Amino acid sequence: MNAEFDIAETLDVKGASCPMPVVKTKGAIDDLAVGEVLEVLATDPGSMSDIDGWAAGTEGVELVEQEEGDDVYTHYVRKTE
Amino acid sequence: MSTDTPDAPSDDAPSRAELAARVDELEDALAEATSEDDTKKMSIIATKGTLDMAYPPLILASTAAAFGYEVTVFHTFWGLDILHEERSKNLKLSSVGNPNMPVPNAIAALPGMDRMTTKMMEKKIADNDTATIEELLETSLDMGVEFQACQMTIDLMDYDEADFYDGVTTGVGAATALQDMADADIQLLV
Repeated sequence: MNAEFDIAETLDVKGASCPMPVVKTKGAIDDLAVGEVLEVLATDPGSMSDIDGWAAGTEGVELVEQEEGDDVYTHYVRKTE
Repeated sequence: MSTDTPDAPSDDAPSRAELAARVDELEDALAEATSEDDTKKMSIIATKGTLDMAYPPLILASTAAAFGYEVTVFHTFWGLDILHEERSKNLKLSSVGNPNMPVPNAIAALPGMDRMTTKMMEKKIADNDTATIEELLETSLDMGVEFQACQMTIDLMDYDEADFYDGVTTGVGAATALQDMADADIQLLV
C-alpha cells in the first residue's frame, strides 16, 4: 500500500495484450467514484506507454504513478471527474 | 468637405454600453460554437476481411472508445465479414502474396496452405493471449462503438441482415460514411 494514496480497486489484466489493458482500465475507472485510485496489474510491456498515453489523452483521469517490476507493470490511475 | 471625423462622437453611434452588450453577445456565440461539440470523433472504413486485417480497425476502435471518442466503423466489401456472426469466427490468413511468409508463393498457393497458415496464426494469437476478433467486437459494441454494414455490399454478397452481430447498423451507404468522416477528428481507411 502506498502512503500517498489509497487504492480503491485493483484490476488484474496480467496476460492480456494490447488493446485490452487500456480498454479494461477504462471500464474499471468508469465504476469508481471521483477521486478514487485504480491499481492496474499488467504483464504487457506496452502498457507502460499505452496507459500513460491513454491517461494523458482522456478527460477525467490522471496517471498517479507507474512501477516497473520484474514481470508485472503496475499503474495507478485516479478518476478526477 | 465632409464633417465626419472618425473620433467625433455622433448621435447615432452606439454607446459604450451597447458595444459592451454586443461584445458579450459575440463572446457567448463564440463559446457556443466552439464548445457545441467537443466530443472527439473517429471514423474508420474497414474494407478487408482477412484475419490479419480484421485486427487494426477493431483495436483502434476499442482504444479510441476508451479515450472517450465517439467511434463509427463502416464495413464494406470483405470488411463485412468482421461483422458477420458466423464468418467472423472463421477469418482466414492468406499465405500467398505476403513475402514475409516462410514459404514461397508457388508452394503457398497449394491447396490447404491458407488453412495451415490460418491455424498457425490462430495458435500464435491464443499463445500470446491476444484478444480474438469476436472478443474485440463484443468489447467495442459494449463501449458504444457504432458498427455499420454497407447496404450495397450486403446485397452484393447476398448476406442477410440477421447474419450480423446484434447492435450492428444496417441500411447505410457511402453518404453516411462520408458524413461521419467529415465530422470526425480522425479518419482511417483500412
